[in-house]
Amino acid sequence: MNATGAIQDHIPEKFDPAEVRNLFPALAREVYGKPLVYLDNAASSQKPQAVIDRLVRYYSSEHSNVHRGVHLLSREATDAYEAARKRVVAFINAPSEPEVLYTRGTTEGINLAASSFGPLHVGKGDVVLVSHMEHHSNIVPWQMLCETQGARVRAIPVSDTGEIIYEEFERLLSERVRLLAIAHVSNTLGTINPLKRMIRHAHDMGVPVVVDGAQAAPHMKIDVQELDCDFYAFSSHKMFGPTGIGILYAKAEHLETMPPWQGGGDMIETVAFEKTTYNDPPHKFEAGTPNIADVLGFASAIDFLEGVGQNRIAAYEQDLLAYATERLSEIEGVRLIGTATDKASVLSFLIGDIHPYDAGTILDRLGIAVRTGHHCTQPLMRRFDIPGTVRASFALYNTFDEVDALAAGVRRVKEMLG
Amino acid sequence: MVANGTIRERAHDIVEEFGLFDDWMGKYEYLIEIGQALPSLDNRYKTEAHRIHGCQAQVWVRPEMKNGLVFYEGDSDALITKGLVALLIRVLSGQPPQEIVQADLEFLDEIGMKDHLSSTRRNGLASMVKQLKLFALAHTGSA
Ligand SMILES: Cc1ncc(COP(=O)(O)O)c(C=O)c1O
Repeated sequence: MNATGAIQDHIPEKFDPAEVRNLFPALAREVYGKPLVYLDNAASSQKPQAVIDRLVRYYSSEHSNVHRGVHLLSREATDAYEAARKRVVAFINAPSEPEVLYTRGTTEGINLAASSFGPLHVGKGDVVLVSHMEHHSNIVPWQMLCETQGARVRAIPVSDTGEIIYEEFERLLSERVRLLAIAHVSNTLGTINPLKRMIRHAHDMGVPVVVDGAQAAPHMKIDVQELDCDFYAFSSHKMFGPTGIGILYAKAEHLETMPPWQGGGDMIETVAFEKTTYNDPPHKFEAGTPNIADVLGFASAIDFLEGVGQNRIAAYEQDLLAYATERLSEIEGVRLIGTATDKASVLSFLIGDIHPYDAGTILDRLGIAVRTGHHCTQPLMRRFDIPGTVRASFALYNTFDEVDALAAGVRRVKEMLG
Repeated sequence: MVANGTIRERAHDIVEEFGLFDDWMGKYEYLIEIGQALPSLDNRYKTEAHRIHGCQAQVWVRPEMKNGLVFYEGDSDALITKGLVALLIRVLSGQPPQEIVQADLEFLDEIGMKDHLSSTRRNGLASMVKQLKLFALAHTGSA
């Protein structure tokens, strides 16, 4: 079957990948004299012109510090900055603005939760439950917390298909679990975890849940109220926005009791050497001059995502994933790592005994950008007893032709290294 | 197996051999062949002490002094990396430590493999070169 096969007929109406592609200037560039086939979106996505323009416009004519000046520029910057927060609130269906904190990204969000909320809940002899498929960002902060609190991190095992073994999760929950930290979508396997059900079970046991949403936010509509998660962290740069900005959603009830994480300007109400009183959330957790420009760029990225339509994007990406899965599975010796029923458009694989590094090097020379290695999930690699994988991850601007290019590239790798 | 000639002469030979291929694919196929031809390092030497870090692939190098000359053996679980290890061994093994310390490895550039030297490639070629030279440096006095 080729790129014009039946699957393409399923592309939702009015969704034209070629048109979407044109909005991303970086996709027009060449590498080694070949057209760039960018399949490393799970690491970071490219940026549409609108996001780039937003940054330029801000720095060209709108820049000023926020929350500080009485002058017009500062008021305008503050308004835009806070309007962007409203944008995010709607995007994830958060109940209120103070529950949406700006961070540097997912990693910082999880660290904030671990540092500020962690010690309130996790004490000596307690357990922080994670899963075996977590990114290091959702393991190490909890290990650091457990180290200082005298607690332990335990991992929910993962099946051969790359899914949470649910009975094991339930069994582990009955231990002294005081917190669950779990990925919405696995960056290595693509698995979409059954979050809603897991959160309900955790809450039944009085266990709050921190969600690593880094890989979910680019691919699906996030509704934090429907999930009922306690925390939800994600990164702008994986969803067509700028680097250096992300969100930590946190339930108001937690933010009220959580101590500030970093001290400085903006997070205070009054400062005296005898006693300082803190500002209210979200500002209590946003010390110092924030990343104003990238907040505005992020709001543009959200406009872009919602403009194209998140459901349409999801449907198209599912078609790409199905097509890529089919094309790669046809190739003898290709072994897919992560074959969950519910998957986002992430495809990890190995080609016979070929080392992922070798495969990635040849694919790179063919103009195909994939990620190779352990993808910051070393425990998961050990679980599957593999040194790493080759990972192709698709975004809305990828095409069926690019999937064909990947399949042809994999065949070439086999010829050269098999 | 140790080649004859100085570091410069050996590097020159390699550049000539790679010059026979005019596209990247031919060069990589040749590099992979060179990797395949390098004898594997005995498993008992694949220890932490011989591990080169900073690589996505695993790389081991085992240096040894014999009669005032440095000899290297090496291995990797990735073939392209192993090819690069083989090239370095071919150029440097059996040379006096002083020469190794001073060796410029421009030939990697001339055969189109220079980008493997950049640290972001994570194949550890840069740390490999450093390790090879450090061992030689430690033995410059004994030459
Ligand atoms: C599942 C997951 N969690 C966390 C992160 C960390 O995100 P960031 O580097 O943007 O903080 C990533 C990104 O690589 C990820 O894929």
